[in-house]
Amino acid sequence: MTDFRPVTLTVNGRPHTGSAESRTLLADFLRDGLGLTGTHVGCEHGVCGACTVMVDGEAVRSCLMFAVQADGAEIGTIEGLAKGGEMHPLQKLFSEHHALQCGFCTPGMLMTAMDLVHSNPDRTPQEFRDGMSAALCRCTGYEGIVNAVIEYAAMVKAEAADG
Amino acid sequence: MKPAPFVHVAPGSLAEVVALLAEHAPDARPLAGGQSLVPVMNFRLSRPSVLIDLNRVPELAYIRDDGTHLTVGAMTRQRTLENSDLVRKAAPLLHAATLNIGHLPIRSRGTIGGSLSNADPAAEDPAVVLALDCVMVLHGPSGERRVAAADFFEGVLATATGPDELLVAIEVPKAPANSGSAFVEIARRHGDFALAGVAAQVTLSGDGPVSVQLAACGVGPGPVRLSGAEAEILDHGLSEAAIRAAARIAAAEVDPDTDLHATAAYRRRLTAAMTRRALLQAVENAKAPS
Repeated sequence: MTDFRPVTLTVNGRPHTGSAESRTLLADFLRDGLGLTGTHVGCEHGVCGACTVMVDGEAVRSCLMFAVQADGAEIGTIEGLAKGGEMHPLQKLFSEHHALQCGFCTPGMLMTAMDLVHSNPDRTPQEFRDGMSAALCRCTGYEGIVNAVIEYAAMVKAEAADG
Repeated sequence: MKPAPFVHVAPGSLAEVVALLAEHAPDARPLAGGQSLVPVMNFRLSRPSVLIDLNRVPELAYIRDDGTHLTVGAMTRQRTLENSDLVRKAAPLLHAATLNIGHLPIRSRGTIGGSLSNADPAAEDPAVVLALDCVMVLHGPSGERRVAAADFFEGVLATATGPDELLVAIEVPKAPANSGSAFVEIARRHGDFALAGVAAQVTLSGDGPVSVQLAACGVGPGPVRLSGAEAEILDHGLSEAAIRAAARIAAAEVDPDTDLHATAAYRRRLTAAMTRRALLQAVENAKAPS
């Protein structure tokens, strides 16, 4: 059974069209269909969080969504964070806090953190810690990750206060 | 792994969904948020031939104030419930339970109707609708059918929904004045399914209880109404001794299994501890100025 059909979506602000089988997962479509291999695929059952991307402004597991379901959606991936060769502030903080070692989980960590912080920068440190448990890291022990996310939230709040 | 091939259909109305279910049942599966169905499809534990995608049916996603109760469309996302002031005020137990469901990226997609229809014994939403005596609204070829939450759950991953029916809405009675609620659970990690969880809503008159609603998750083939514990509180009030007695009764009226994560005996002890904690928190919330 081959049922390829066109999928048109916006990724990091740029329109893309590709074709996907019904059963093609969004994660695989981004990687294999569009060549955006920054989104990583780990467990393929929604537990590890490596494939987390933004769909219409909210973090979701791209291994638990079919590409055809994302037709017409706005997708945000790790490739969209850095601008003009300059790392995003959250990426810089991950570097400063040594929040990655092997880096496999990092794309999902960053997308998870972006959503946690921007949907509510007033979360408590414990809430950010709990929230980041949505993505699994087997290297760092999380201290650097949590510290980077908390500092980023403070930065976002300060910028909002400055207006 | 990757799912086996299937045909994906994305109707735009409930009428189309019902017609498609009638045409393709029992080989078709409705696809709600996909946070439970897609993992089992990826592992090929489930191989539906047709997926009827509900994500483009706007009439299934809403939260409506109907006076005595909220009516929640089955495709309402958990993240929408979490962010809803109406739900937080009128159905605080549902709100509290929602915060315990998975992680934020799971709640972005996961729906209340999907969780209830999946009927995982450890899931939070089934315990909430059972505790609150919610009404489940089903739609099928012969029209609408209303089922009490107590009659909806029929065992592990099994509900009263027929193969050609769809859960379309849940009627959630509003929390009465002078009531308080709490949802507490213990999981190995934040966001994991609970080893045991308890949903509680207590309504007070003065310092005494006039209504106690308790249900547990993770400790039986489905959500368990803790009727014995409820009766104990109604008979003996909310003294520390009565709450401890109710907790002991709760542990005796659940039927947990031993599995990889915990023994049955440990889950019984957790049920007692969660019952006590949920009651104490619910009473505190009932007394707090709203």
